[in-house]
Amino acid sequence: MGVVLGTLSMHTKQVNFRTDKVDDELEMTMVCHRPEGLEQLEAQTNFTKQELQVLYRGFKNECPSGVVNEETFKHIYAQFFPHGDASTYAHYLFNAFDTRNNGSIKFEDFVMGLSTLLRGTVREKLEWTFHLYDINRDGFINKEEMTEIVRAIYDMMGKYTYPALKGDVPKQHVDAFFEKMDKNKDGVVTLEEFVLACQEDENMMRSMQLFENVM
Amino acid sequence: MAAGVATWLPFARAAAVGWLPLAKKTMPKPPVDKKSRNDEILFVNVSGLRFQTWKNTLDRYPDTLLGSSEKEFFYNEDTQEYFFDRDPEMFRHILNFYRTGKLHYPRQECIQAFDEELAFYGIVPDIIGDCCMEEYRDRKKENQERLAEDTEAENATDTPLPPHSTSRERLWRAFENPHTSTMALVFYYVTGFFIAVSVIANVVETVPCRPPKGSKKDLPCGEKYTLAFFCMDTACVLIFTFEYLMRLFAAPSRCKFMRSVMSVIDVVAIMPYYIGLVMPENEDVSGAFVTLRVFRVFRIFKFSRHSQGLRILGYTLKSCASELGFLLFSLTMAIIIFATVMFYAEKGTKGTNFTSIPASFWYTIVTMTTLGYGDMVPNTIAGKIFGSICSLSGVLVIALPVPVIVSNFSRIYHQNQRADKMRAQQKVRLARIRLAKKGTTNAFLQYKEEGGFQGRGSDNALCLKNRSSFEHQHHHLLHCLEKTTNHEFTDELTFSEMCMTESVGYRTSRSTSISSQQGVATSCCPRRAKRRAIRLANSTVSVSRGSVQELDTLQVHKTSAGPQSRSSLNARTEDLKLNCEDRDFTAAIISIPTPPANTPDESLPPSPAIPGILRNSRPTSFTHETVKISSL
Repeated sequence: MGVVLGTLSMHTKQVNFRTDKVDDELEMTMVCHRPEGLEQLEAQTNFTKQELQVLYRGFKNECPSGVVNEETFKHIYAQFFPHGDASTYAHYLFNAFDTRNNGSIKFEDFVMGLSTLLRGTVREKLEWTFHLYDINRDGFINKEEMTEIVRAIYDMMGKYTYPALKGDVPKQHVDAFFEKMDKNKDGVVTLEEFVLACQEDENMMRSMQLFENVM
Repeated sequence: MAAGVATWLPFARAAAVGWLPLAKKTMPKPPVDKKSRNDEILFVNVSGLRFQTWKNTLDRYPDTLLGSSEKEFFYNEDTQEYFFDRDPEMFRHILNFYRTGKLHYPRQECIQAFDEELAFYGIVPDIIGDCCMEEYRDRKKENQERLAEDTEAENATDTPLPPHSTSRERLWRAFENPHTSTMALVFYYVTGFFIAVSVIANVVETVPCRPPKGSKKDLPCGEKYTLAFFCMDTACVLIFTFEYLMRLFAAPSRCKFMRSVMSVIDVVAIMPYYIGLVMPENEDVSGAFVTLRVFRVFRIFKFSRHSQGLRILGYTLKSCASELGFLLFSLTMAIIIFATVMFYAEKGTKGTNFTSIPASFWYTIVTMTTLGYGDMVPNTIAGKIFGSICSLSGVLVIALPVPVIVSNFSRIYHQNQRADKMRAQQKVRLARIRLAKKGTTNAFLQYKEEGGFQGRGSDNALCLKNRSSFEHQHHHLLHCLEKTTNHEFTDELTFSEMCMTESVGYRTSRSTSISSQQGVATSCCPRRAKRRAIRLANSTVSVSRGSVQELDTLQVHKTSAGPQSRSSLNARTEDLKLNCEDRDFTAAIISIPTPPANTPDESLPPSPAIPGILRNSRPTSFTHETVKISSL
């Protein structure tokens, strides 16, 4: 249980044969993390034991050390979007999953996030999305944050799109979004405004249900 | 796509919930996954090999995977066993660790595979038993060095310059890698030539020339043609000084540069000349001045910048410093011992050469290195006995460290050979990656064309039967992204066609003002002129173009690994534009395509009204298309 610190430390960069200090730097620090028990995770999330097992096996195979850091995460996410550049969006996504803000995702974070997204209530999903958009975690989404998110999403599309991306399409998208969401027109969107506006949107509610059987 | 990535796909799809509030259109229906997840378990153990052990055995090490509750995640209820999809051969060693308390390293396995297994099972390599520790460390060091060469080759100096380099950085780069530009190469060869000239002049200077008229004695050429040699020396020193100052100016860290070996050699090579200039023609001092001239021979070391082999040799000596030190130390010890013995043995002889112990040093050295000049020989019997012992031991003492030095040299030399091979392999690898990337991007577009989104109707079943569920889900994810942004993915050809149709429309409505260079078309089709060439080209060209595009995408990927701040976001898009500008494009209008007279880069005069000359049309040199470029 809990975090186990390996005691082998290795500095990969210092194998510069010009200095030939490899002997001394054959030590490697490996942060190994083990998740809490299966029972606890089952209680905390909306997954069954089997699902958790499957999830963990995949997770462990990819990251034997038990944690995912941002670089690995970006790399993985980028593989799904070879057309464009997914690194910015992956960064925001990583921050959304990394609830404890320590630069790495453990299995618990991973599974909690997934539980919210796949098996949570509508309100929980909207809250999660709100936290994704609220980059600086101040409880408000302002135009700059939204613009960054939208730009990151458009970056994933890459260059070759139809119709071609020209002008400031992200900006227009952001303006449209604010039109819809910002009820009291004060320039920021709060969680309540967000949830209300989304619940009024029929299309979105319907789409949300589609994602339930992803796992 | 890597098989391991499949495990992350559900996660990526779940994260698509984050797009929903932004989506302009409704999301498409996801594909129905008929397979139940639990079926993926194979009812075998560690890939088929069954192991049995006590629970206590595993509990001995509670901070490993098998010893903690983590193994519950791998428990299969149906077969009542723990299943691990790992290498069964390696697992044997892992399990033996639990049994005996000692971890052994199997010599026939790859060190990295072994390390990965250890990482997976949560075992720390420190506890490898003493019997196998040496081997493990050696192999690991070797592997790391090899990997370091890989990364060095990747970050190597052959990468293109970052676009925002100052002239100082460029200069430094030109000095470090003469192959990057022709100017640097020219400078490189010129300095090499002058080094050679300088060294030869130094040598020839001392050769006796025919004496001038009216003198019998042979004069060294240096004194006969003093002026000529002085001029040559001055020229060389000027070049070297200039080079040194340039390097000093361009160096990113001046202090570090000044401390480096090559710079010290440079200074030592040119100092004698300046000291000679400064010093007066004094009798006493000129003796010292002559000594200084000896230092001019150090100019020959400047060749090490030009020769890889010299550098390797120098580096070998440096890395074998300990062996060389040992050699020196043991030789000194032996010399002193034998010199003392020889001195006392020969002390009685009349007229002996062994006048003192330091005088005997010469004899000992000459004998131990088996030179045997014969200018000093022992006469007494005792002296001869000790003399023979001396020569025998000399052979041994010198022979011992030499193989170590030789093996070091050979290792470093081969490493260098390998570096070149690595670079070639790297290119092949990159090409393969590009091809794979193209494959995945094309797969999605093909999927769309085949109308995959109409759902799995029976008429579509034929087309879609060859796709795995992973591909279906992945395409669904990409489709969701399209719906979110209300833009669709296309490929290059369609994109270029669209851009062209738009631009032709533009030409009639806008005037050609240079000032509006940053027209809308830059973001849309910065490589429009290039794209046009594709349309009329054969497929081979589009492949090469594709490779350039892939390279750019690759570059974008590489450069975008930096900190994700807003400014860097903008910088990245600017990088894209800059990439275009590196190829000398500006916005372009295309006039009516007429049959070309000659290749674009020859035909276009660089007049200010017609900027943006297609300069990199080299790969498309056989797709002639007159591209009259003006700006929007």
